[in-house]
Amino acid sequence: MREITEEHLADIAVGAAILGAGGGGDPRLGELLARAAIRSHGPVRVITVDELGTDDLVVPVSMIGAPTVANEKLPNLEALPAMLRLARRAVEGEGPRAGGVLHTMPIEVGGIAALLPIAMAAELGLALVDADAMGRAFPELQMTVPTLYGIDASPVVLADEHGNAVVVEAVSNAACERLARTVCVEMGSSALIALYAMDAAQTREATVTGSLAHAEALGRAVRLARERHEDPVLAVEQHLDARRLISGKLVDVARRTEGGFSRLEARVAGLGRDAGAELTLSSQNEHLVARRDGEVAATTPDLIMVLDAQTGTAVTTESMRYGMRVVVVASACDPRFRTEAGLALVGPRAFGYDLDYRPVELLHPATRADELSCSS
Amino acid sequence: MVRIGVDVGGTHTDAVALDGTKVVAKAKHSTTSDVTTGIVGAIRGLLAEGGEAGVPGGIAASDVAAVMIGTTHFTNAFVEGRRLSSVAVVRLGLPATRSVPPMIDWPADRAAMLRAQAYLCHGGHEFDGRPISTLDRAELRAVAQRIGEAGFESVAVSAVFSSVDPSHELAAAEILAAELPGVPLSLSHEIGRVGMLARENATIINASLRGVASETVASFRRAVAELDIAAPIFLSRNDGTLGSLEQCEREPVATFTSGPTNSMRGAALLSQVGDCVVVDIGGTTSDIGVLVNGFPRETSTEALIGEVRTNFRLPDVLSLGIGGGSIVALDAPAPVGPASVGYRLREEALVFGGTTLTATDLAVADGRAEVGDPARVAHLDRDQVAAAVRWLEAQIADGVDRMRLAAAPLPVVLVGGGSVLLREHLAGTPEVVRPENFEAANAVGAAIAQVGTTAERVYAPATDSRAQVIDEVADEATARAVAAGADPATIRVVDVDEVAVAYVPGNPVQLKVRVVGDLPVGSSHA
Repeated sequence: MREITEEHLADIAVGAAILGAGGGGDPRLGELLARAAIRSHGPVRVITVDELGTDDLVVPVSMIGAPTVANEKLPNLEALPAMLRLARRAVEGEGPRAGGVLHTMPIEVGGIAALLPIAMAAELGLALVDADAMGRAFPELQMTVPTLYGIDASPVVLADEHGNAVVVEAVSNAACERLARTVCVEMGSSALIALYAMDAAQTREATVTGSLAHAEALGRAVRLARERHEDPVLAVEQHLDARRLISGKLVDVARRTEGGFSRLEARVAGLGRDAGAELTLSSQNEHLVARRDGEVAATTPDLIMVLDAQTGTAVTTESMRYGMRVVVVASACDPRFRTEAGLALVGPRAFGYDLDYRPVELLHPATRADELSCSS
Repeated sequence: MVRIGVDVGGTHTDAVALDGTKVVAKAKHSTTSDVTTGIVGAIRGLLAEGGEAGVPGGIAASDVAAVMIGTTHFTNAFVEGRRLSSVAVVRLGLPATRSVPPMIDWPADRAAMLRAQAYLCHGGHEFDGRPISTLDRAELRAVAQRIGEAGFESVAVSAVFSSVDPSHELAAAEILAAELPGVPLSLSHEIGRVGMLARENATIINASLRGVASETVASFRRAVAELDIAAPIFLSRNDGTLGSLEQCEREPVATFTSGPTNSMRGAALLSQVGDCVVVDIGGTTSDIGVLVNGFPRETSTEALIGEVRTNFRLPDVLSLGIGGGSIVALDAPAPVGPASVGYRLREEALVFGGTTLTATDLAVADGRAEVGDPARVAHLDRDQVAAAVRWLEAQIADGVDRMRLAAAPLPVVLVGGGSVLLREHLAGTPEVVRPENFEAANAVGAAIAQVGTTAERVYAPATDSRAQVIDEVADEATARAVAAGADPATIRVVDVDEVAVAYVPGNPVQLKVRVVGDLPVGSSHA
């Protein structure tokens, strides 16, 4: 993927929604913004982390706040150049890198945040680095791979449509999350954000690389399977080397608020080969724990994805409802999230589930392809 | 006194006369391209069928308390792009919203049909009610002048978070009305819900139909007067309630999907079941919907109308390609549909002397229905017929199961001419009812005299009293119902819906309250 044109956007959106693991927000608004920006400014140049010059600077951009709000108070990207200038000044205050080129990057590849930087890169005339900081979606800004490398999210710059901008310098990335969230509410719960400025070496080491190409290829696999009248769910499983946790029907979706978190418990009753089995999903913004017949089948930080059984597209936590035919699959997260520090940051206990993490491929040793050959 | 219900379908225009909840006359006319001729024909059939006034069961024009019409005329006008008004779109939201201009998600050819032009202005609110920017009256007057000079026929006004605070839309409407006398205005807070682009799209569609709506309403008025009926006329709306002609002239989009809604409401009245799954089997499709308290459950997702994404309230209906006219291939894995002979059933089906094996032929061969000549299907393999019928039943049972929102089974009410395909039994369902007059449920549904309104608000559970917020929102919905003509004594809350707004501290909740009340025209309860 050397550049992103309008033609790539639909596939990226489908792939990003799946990688959102139930969260990340509906990518459609991001797709529309990207479409409008590419129409005005032309395709977005994409570079790999290996193409970064030694003195280059990468400033990831996105939006922060509630997708519901962004879908009503539609964005104005005009504040982007000023925001980036502010971010660069805050980073390079002690001495600008001579000759270094500024690039941008997605912060998370799951959901709308995969599409917004495409629009923003087009608007800013910057190249987009094909990488992100999560390889999926997580709800808080400190839940990233760069955090595990000790990279500061600060200086975080938030900007609103009026031209107001706030620079947050915090002592930790978790503190950054709290302060940025408060600023965001003042800005109307939807704001532009730049954070995790990194140099070339940091970007190469501390990000999940190739994630835009990954999202696009995933979306394309779903589209092609549908065009060929093949099984799009199988296409997702093969593409992600995912394990199928259950295929069935949503029979219960209960939402409640607990300790400031909006929690969701859903049950999937198995159909076909899975008849008689039941999967329970515990979710907040994303799906976090899946238990099959009482046994843990997958947990965060591995990706637990609920797919529409017919279309292979993502079913978000917000859109889950009784009666939907779904397939729940899980795939491995970035290995750095599986370290002790990674699990402390985004493991089950970080979300209030008193469970030990076990990698999805150990819980389900058979690959999908093996299962198929056994059953035939 | 009787009420006349008319449902204008794709092929037939059905009319019924109701006395209370009792069907006293039925009539049919083919649907005409001008709609009005078909309506007049069908109503005339009712008046004729009863004979002279004063004869028991007879209907005199002077006995008619109200005429209620369900029509997809406005949907068709938009989808076909017929006589649409040119639209100026005034959006209040600057400096926000600039990067996502109006109609950005419309197919180019459809946008061109409206000859639309967008004007972005200051105004609108944050989700918590603070203004984004103050409304700029001079800016709006200047925009109004440009709209006037360009000669736009209709104006759509959309402000950010107008569902939280409609004051900027209302103030802008006042300024625009003063500068553009006679140009109809459509305000987004009266039409859609949260979700700017989809609500704005619905408002633009509404604005584009204002010209057609005026003509159509005038023609309905003339037609009913020609029949010497002096009663008021109402149109059925998507949510299963009625709107006056004046209301529908202002809000034609509110009548977009009244067809399935009317069938469901009619099913409720005919069966006297308030909470159920309704299966309406026509010639080509089976439409499955759910009634809650006698009203159709609405979709939570956005709906495409003529390829344009909108978010106005539509009944949540699952359409399966199985109907009385479905073409059958007995040896196929999916033996019935989705191809259909449609309205040509009476020429093409085997039992009617045709050459196409249809679902109706299966029903006759299986002894479920007695229509046409059973001898013409006697040659069919009994086991194959039984297997195909079982497949068809399983599809419908599966559709019913998908539409339920909870594990508890709901009774099923069968309506529509094609419902003879089913016996009064479905797997997983405790009770299946096929009421009398099942084939006229759509027209019966049109004749139900209730109005319903909703109001919504975002509140913070941590700081606001939930009970108090619900009361306030219910009061607001009640005031709207009274304004729509409901008898205040009959208004009741039928639904309270709460959805958490994700990723906002304090977990604010979007609350929606729905009330219904009776219109004081003859009595009726679903």
